[in-house]
Amino acid sequence: MTTSQAASPTTSPTATPSEQDLERHFDEIIARDQRIEPRDWMPDGYRKTLVRQIAQHAHSEIIGMQPEANWITRAPSLRRKAILLAKVQDEAGHGLYLYSAAETLGADRTEMTEKLIDSRQKYSSIFNYPTLNFADVGVIGWLVDGAAICNQVPLCRSSYGPYARGMVRICKEESFHQRQGYELLMTMMRGTEEQRQMVQDATDRWWWPSLMMFGPPDHDSPNTAQSMEWKIKRHTNDELRQRFVDMTVPQAEALGVTLPDPELAWNDERGHYDFGEIDWSEFKQVISGNGPCNAQRLAHRRRAHEDGAWVREAAAAHAAKHSHAAVS
Amino acid sequence: MSERGEWPLYEVFVRSKRGLNHVHVGSLRAGDAEMALRHARDVYTRRNEGVSIWVVKASDITASSPDEKDPFFAPAADKVYRHPTFYDIPENVPHM
Repeated sequence: MTTSQAASPTTSPTATPSEQDLERHFDEIIARDQRIEPRDWMPDGYRKTLVRQIAQHAHSEIIGMQPEANWITRAPSLRRKAILLAKVQDEAGHGLYLYSAAETLGADRTEMTEKLIDSRQKYSSIFNYPTLNFADVGVIGWLVDGAAICNQVPLCRSSYGPYARGMVRICKEESFHQRQGYELLMTMMRGTEEQRQMVQDATDRWWWPSLMMFGPPDHDSPNTAQSMEWKIKRHTNDELRQRFVDMTVPQAEALGVTLPDPELAWNDERGHYDFGEIDWSEFKQVISGNGPCNAQRLAHRRRAHEDGAWVREAAAAHAAKHSHAAVS
Repeated sequence: MSERGEWPLYEVFVRSKRGLNHVHVGSLRAGDAEMALRHARDVYTRRNEGVSIWVVKASDITASSPDEKDPFFAPAADKVYRHPTFYDIPENVPHM
């Protein structure tokens, strides 16, 4: 009863379907644009790809708290401080939604953290750049969170249910992140000449790294085709990058800053902006651990994890004591 | 607590407003149920998403097989007479 031609409604509950049947059923769900859920059968490659992508995404949110947290104590007003605190707390929350999604695939949360601090799993290259002045907080909201939104909105339709649902929550919150950043920059642009210089300086430094956030160009992105076939990804890296550039140019004009790319120009024929060549050697350097802040970011994460060990142990001991008390 | 000393996994359910059911929103790790509730508030209801939270240890949940073709749900499939459309009523009969 396990061969494919015998798949009739009378199949007894004890018959185990063959690998082929399971794979065909999986393919049908994907083809119908339905969601794969945690306990469904799925190909090993699908599970591995998702765990890698979701873990990397979760780590990015967690490491992403650091560049901005750098400015919480020095934010220029109580209003900006409260906003920044809420934003950094959101990044922590986003990391936790994603670890939760990864756990539905059998990945272990503690193990993921260990892999992050041992450099066995990656996080987004963008967070290895320093935040040098307060305008960086605004530019991160505008460009970095803007690029993240571009990447993440299509992931709300990703084929894996828990990942897609996590992305819906995240996208709702990212909108606040981007708008607070842009508003911060508008305020600075209405200020002194020096403040306008700070905004331009931050834009110059973050523009190219933001474009790199979409990952390597399509011809150099070996996993893209399979991920799109499985509907984990919905668009290629270059498509999303182009969309981001097209969205951002008018925002830069409205703000009154210049994007640092002399080749940036509207192309009437394509109906898109042309832009200059990205320095992929810099990208490769940063993702392989040689960016300006890689060592600092990981050292900080490792220290936080180790410093928190006594809290985890104390809470576990407290729980054990109380469950014993309840039994006796 | 697992043998690695990790906090257990709790599944989180949130009632978004009065009149609606609790809905599963995700999971988290916590030392005990009370801590899981506090963490759930911080992780899943930072923007008034809920008026009530349930947490339950993931290991305490018993689940059916997820496959919709599973024979477990077959008994519901062949009982068309459970649906109102199964019955022919003349069109001139009102309010039915």
